[in-house]
Amino acid sequence: MIEIQNLTKRYGQIKAVSNLSFTVNKGEILGFLGPNGAGKSTTMNIITGFIPASEGSVKVGGYDIMENPKEAKKHIGYLPELPPLYMDMTITEYLNFVSELKMVDKSKRKAQLDDIMELVRISDVRNRLIKNLSKGYKQRVGLAQALVGSPDVLILDEPTVGLDPKQIIEIRKLIKALGKQHTIILSSHILPEVSAVCERVVIINKGEIAAVDTPENLSKGFGTSSKFSVTIAGPKSSVEGYIRDIYGVKYVEQNLEKEKDVINYIVESDKDIDVRRPLFFAMAKAGYPIIELKSMDMTLEDIFLHLVTDEKGVEQ
Amino acid sequence: MQAILKREIKSYFNSPIAYVLLGLFTFICALFFYFVNIQSQSADFNPVFSTISFILIFIVPIMTMRILAEDRKNGTEVLLVSSPVSVWEIVLGKYLAMLVVFLIMTCIVAIFPIIIFMFGKPPIAPLLGSFIGFMLLGASLISIGVFASSLTENQVIAVFLSFVMMLVIWLVESIGNALGGWAANVLNWFSLTSRYNNFTSGLLDIPSAVYFLSFISVFLFLTMRVIEKRRWSQG
Repeated sequence: MIEIQNLTKRYGQIKAVSNLSFTVNKGEILGFLGPNGAGKSTTMNIITGFIPASEGSVKVGGYDIMENPKEAKKHIGYLPELPPLYMDMTITEYLNFVSELKMVDKSKRKAQLDDIMELVRISDVRNRLIKNLSKGYKQRVGLAQALVGSPDVLILDEPTVGLDPKQIIEIRKLIKALGKQHTIILSSHILPEVSAVCERVVIINKGEIAAVDTPENLSKGFGTSSKFSVTIAGPKSSVEGYIRDIYGVKYVEQNLEKEKDVINYIVESDKDIDVRRPLFFAMAKAGYPIIELKSMDMTLEDIFLHLVTDEKGVEQ
Repeated sequence: MQAILKREIKSYFNSPIAYVLLGLFTFICALFFYFVNIQSQSADFNPVFSTISFILIFIVPIMTMRILAEDRKNGTEVLLVSSPVSVWEIVLGKYLAMLVVFLIMTCIVAIFPIIIFMFGKPPIAPLLGSFIGFMLLGASLISIGVFASSLTENQVIAVFLSFVMMLVIWLVESIGNALGGWAANVLNWFSLTSRYNNFTSGLLDIPSAVYFLSFISVFLFLTMRVIEKRRWSQG
């Protein structure tokens, strides 16, 4: 649905975005993750045709945004970082204007707007002036605006920024629901958001792609070892020895002593070897019961920090 | 384009500035009508036209100040540019909206000659010429205002810029005449006011009309280039 190839944006000597390539399939929700200033908004502005790229191409629904902007733009609904609202209009007036702008068929207009307003839940304030709305409502009107003309592709730039936790959950649910009919690119610098909503994540840093994968694969597949936490009732000296003897264990560390002789350990092992079963049998044989055992996937935060900061920063 | 045109007209009349300007303009027209026509018992409306055409360089900048500057400030420019309309349509839609507002203002001016016609038969050609000239002049000044508004996101600066540009254009004729010789010829050729004066004598001056229209096209083209240029340079 969206094909991005070798996208580069230069401002004089500075490269805001350099050599980005990725594709988004139909019906997919793609998370676009990166620290502030990584080039997320720039990339989104280029995809939507608001600003031109210095090099590379963007194709939306098969149309090149530079060569055939009108057709390409018909497929896109865009919610920029700052919702593009006319403060002196009511919601109904504003959405009518947007439908006209996006050349929605006059006969379909009213029904479509009613549906959209119902969907983002602004029907009850439809006749209020936009300038009098709260931030959460303004954001929803912004989202409604992107939905006008039922475009195949939705580009949402930090859609939950500045909302309260309840609104954030609502908007996320809404985006997930929208993902059934639309292809969505969603940018964020909040990791749980991306892992909650997106099927695939592109992490960018300093204008370059740092990683592309599903949130699960990213947290599983990163690094060479897997980590888990285990709490065992037994004297430290002998338990530690037993754990070390298991094939594949690379590293054991006492984490905290919960009660006397009930100790929590962090165990690291080779990624390819599951040491949890041998651990269970070893402990059963020795007569030290395992109280708790859970694997510690790297969170997206860990991966993110790992990718966007230098190695030194992570080790600290 | 129609969507933008309609929205701008509506939005203009939603703001109090519209009514203040309209009221002020009508008041000034009425004032000069009283002094020039009624008090001095003259049926010649052209002097009034000449005077109020000067008033335009105060009124038009205020009228056009927000037309593009506001979109840039509120971020609605993103909506316009990323929707399936070309920059050319955006600029034209905005310009035509201002033109319609201006035509509404001119319709009010038309009341005064009608009053004169109720009581006598003044020659119609100079009046009609003045009317056409006035509209072309206004249309040209609006194109300057739209251009100035595209240059900045601050409306006060937009007013100032367009006012300065209009003032310079107004003074071109006097400067030319003061210099004399070939400079006078060149500057008079470029001057909007001397072109306007051709119309007041009742001539339907086609070259001047073409000049006005080209003037408008150039400024609208420049406006478009400014927006395009900014698209390239912003992040």
